[in-house]
Amino acid sequence: MSPATAVTSAPLAVETVLRAVEGPGAGAVTTFVGLVRDHNQGRRVLWLDYEAYAPLAEKALGLIVDEAQARWAGARMAIHHRTGRLEIGEASVVIAVATPHRADAFAACRYAIERIKQIVPIWKHEHFEGGEVWIEGATADATDTAARETALRIACA
Amino acid sequence: MRVTVRLFARLRELVGAGDLVLEVDADATVADVWATLVAAHPAAEAYARSMSCAVNLEYARMTTAVSAGDEVAFLPPVSGGEARRGA
Repeated sequence: MSPATAVTSAPLAVETVLRAVEGPGAGAVTTFVGLVRDHNQGRRVLWLDYEAYAPLAEKALGLIVDEAQARWAGARMAIHHRTGRLEIGEASVVIAVATPHRADAFAACRYAIERIKQIVPIWKHEHFEGGEVWIEGATADATDTAARETALRIACA
Repeated sequence: MRVTVRLFARLRELVGAGDLVLEVDADATVADVWATLVAAHPAAEAYARSMSCAVNLEYARMTTAVSAGDEVAFLPPVSGGEARRGA
């Protein structure tokens, strides 16, 4: 069995993440793969460096898995996030969710990526043609219930 | 007492270190650790309103008390996952 959560500098494999959620109760499985894109806000992106506070990032991923498995009955979720230098087209994050029914698998997967952007201490350093910039999103607070409700609302829209 | 401070991403670059040891009073909170950091490295002040914090790998508040040897992390706004919305 693969680990449910991982923060790793090794290339991600969808098959590995899928193996972490397999089981006889699953009627559907969704996967989400986040990729490094060659453009951002009009800039030509050359590569990204992902920096993590790895032990807290692993805990935060585990919290998201626990939240999702509590919200969607019978769900099994796994999330692997990459760190270090990633080239265009490489996977930065892979999420897999297995549930008894398909609607929950889609919703839980969407929930996971929204929550990752809220509470997982990982930072993207964008190297583009002509410079570099740290990309900054949400102030991370795992106890912020308003943020969690926003993720649930997006997931269930 | 001494605590370990961990900094990341642009905040790490502004301070010039990702890992430092600071001396604070025995009754210090996270806010006191932050004030000590900013006094030594004024550039960190840029993150006063946007950073969050963790103590010993638990998200914490500025009012959280710290103990000798604790690991106090100050976190700039996070940006994991896939590419964000935009052109």
